[in-house]
Amino acid sequence: MRWIVAALLLAPAAAFFAAFALVPMIMAGVLSLYDWDGVSPAEYAGLGNWTEAFTDPVTARALLLTVQVMGLSWLIQTPISLLLGVYLAGRQRHRAVLGVLYFLPLLFSAVAVGLIWSSAILAPSGALNTALSSVGLSGLGRTWLGDTSLAVYAVIAVIAWQFIPFHTLLYQAGARQVPQVLYEAARIDGAGTLQQFFRITLPQLKYTIITSTVLILTGSLTYFDVVFVMTGGGPGYATRILPLHMYLSAFKETDFGYGSAIAVILATVGLTLSIVLLRVTGFSRMRSQQEGF
Amino acid sequence: MTTPGFGRLTRPLPLVAGLMWLVVAVYPIYYMVISSFRTPAEFLSGSPWLPTGDLTMENYRSVIEGGIGLFFLNSLFVTVSSVALITLVSLLAAYAISRVASRTVLFVFNVFLLGLAIPYQAAIIPIYVIINRTGLYDTLFGMIPPQVAFGIPITVLILVNFIRDIPNDLYDSMVMDGAGHFRLLRSLVVPLSRPALVAVVMYNSLQVWNNFLFPLILTQSQNVRTVPLALREFQGQYGINVPGIMAAVILSALPIIFLYIVARRQLLGGLTAGFGK
Repeated sequence: MRWIVAALLLAPAAAFFAAFALVPMIMAGVLSLYDWDGVSPAEYAGLGNWTEAFTDPVTARALLLTVQVMGLSWLIQTPISLLLGVYLAGRQRHRAVLGVLYFLPLLFSAVAVGLIWSSAILAPSGALNTALSSVGLSGLGRTWLGDTSLAVYAVIAVIAWQFIPFHTLLYQAGARQVPQVLYEAARIDGAGTLQQFFRITLPQLKYTIITSTVLILTGSLTYFDVVFVMTGGGPGYATRILPLHMYLSAFKETDFGYGSAIAVILATVGLTLSIVLLRVTGFSRMRSQQEGF
Repeated sequence: MTTPGFGRLTRPLPLVAGLMWLVVAVYPIYYMVISSFRTPAEFLSGSPWLPTGDLTMENYRSVIEGGIGLFFLNSLFVTVSSVALITLVSLLAAYAISRVASRTVLFVFNVFLLGLAIPYQAAIIPIYVIINRTGLYDTLFGMIPPQVAFGIPITVLILVNFIRDIPNDLYDSMVMDGAGHFRLLRSLVVPLSRPALVAVVMYNSLQVWNNFLFPLILTQSQNVRTVPLALREFQGQYGINVPGIMAAVILSALPIIFLYIVARRQLLGGLTAGFGK
């Protein structure tokens, strides 16, 4: 193939990506040096937004909250998805039926998930409180999303509900690829179910665990819709995670320069995380090992 | 027949745990469905377990009369246009990347992959500025280019992984017959990478159909609203009319529920495209 043909074939994708992804990323860096409300002319502000970003307790809190959401999401989603995925890897009829039902949450958009939980389940008169009082546990009822100390855990739980089916799907596919001969050999050696799980299934799922972990950790930086719909970042700043903090600073508090500084922080965290995970896990090596799908 | 690592049906523990998760996964959806058929008063007083009381279609009627049809058409237009563009430009790029071993081409590929590492949320402020300058703000067209740009990296990656596996001999024999690039693409690459194409079309369709952030920042008028944004507006508009909101949520998911019924394997395969197995 001559270079001119290659260039022509690459051009449309490269043009879209450059104009609406690459240039905006760079522009965010430039905008972070300006004070701008989006309407009147932008004023050069030097490192003003950056000094603010590194001293502003709201930004520090947003960053910390994001790390908390990331860590807890991993801790909750990984074991549950792994066990469910291994369970669904079995080919029995009842497991197939359960699988069809387990994956139902995947059919709803993030906005829909946010609305189901915030207005029907976790609302003060919603299903959770009603169900608790119907079994005589009304003392456990709470205003789940209106409580400063509870809201973030409620949000993490809803995010888990939304994403566990996806990771279950990954683990199901992974577990189905474990060679059956390993289990047959183990049974001949007299290994029990638990032993088989820890000695065969878990080590064989190593790459799936890595993939799923990378997706949960980097994905945590993108949870926007669910939180935006459920709490809008509140009560107070209780659920104002980094992407939400950026959006609210720019579009609600019309501080586009400051919002851009937070965007750059978000991009930097994402990039650093990806590079570190790549190094630690050899994710790219794994990619080339499992070409296609 | 035994299964990887975990017990048989005769062992009750996995089954009990599996049924417990079933409640967690399905109950919110079940509750949404029964609520969508209740009146606001019945919603507050009715049983959280069973669809008791007088059930009504009123909520669905009012959501449909509220104009959700237009929002469906808007979403459909943006989704079809974006996915067609993503697939076309990514296929051309992936073909070039798979067939040319040059440093420049590899560099472009790596720049695309960079797009996977950075959350697209980080680019929304400049995207808002650019779309504003181009006069596409508050139009259906304005939402398409950013969706295309951020759909390209994963799509190119998946297609490259697939196209690279097509044996060189097949290209060679077609070139010997005098085939040009267009015929190679049409008669060799596209037919052989069909599973990958189906997966990326499914994946990108879901991404664009469900996308909320771009319509949120790039539109303001009601006539260009897409479905996810309309849902959010329903929340403000219906306020405490939770059954109305639930009916809207169910209607919004109907196309995907339909896909799940007729093409579950392809839909789930599309969701995990590039990550699975």
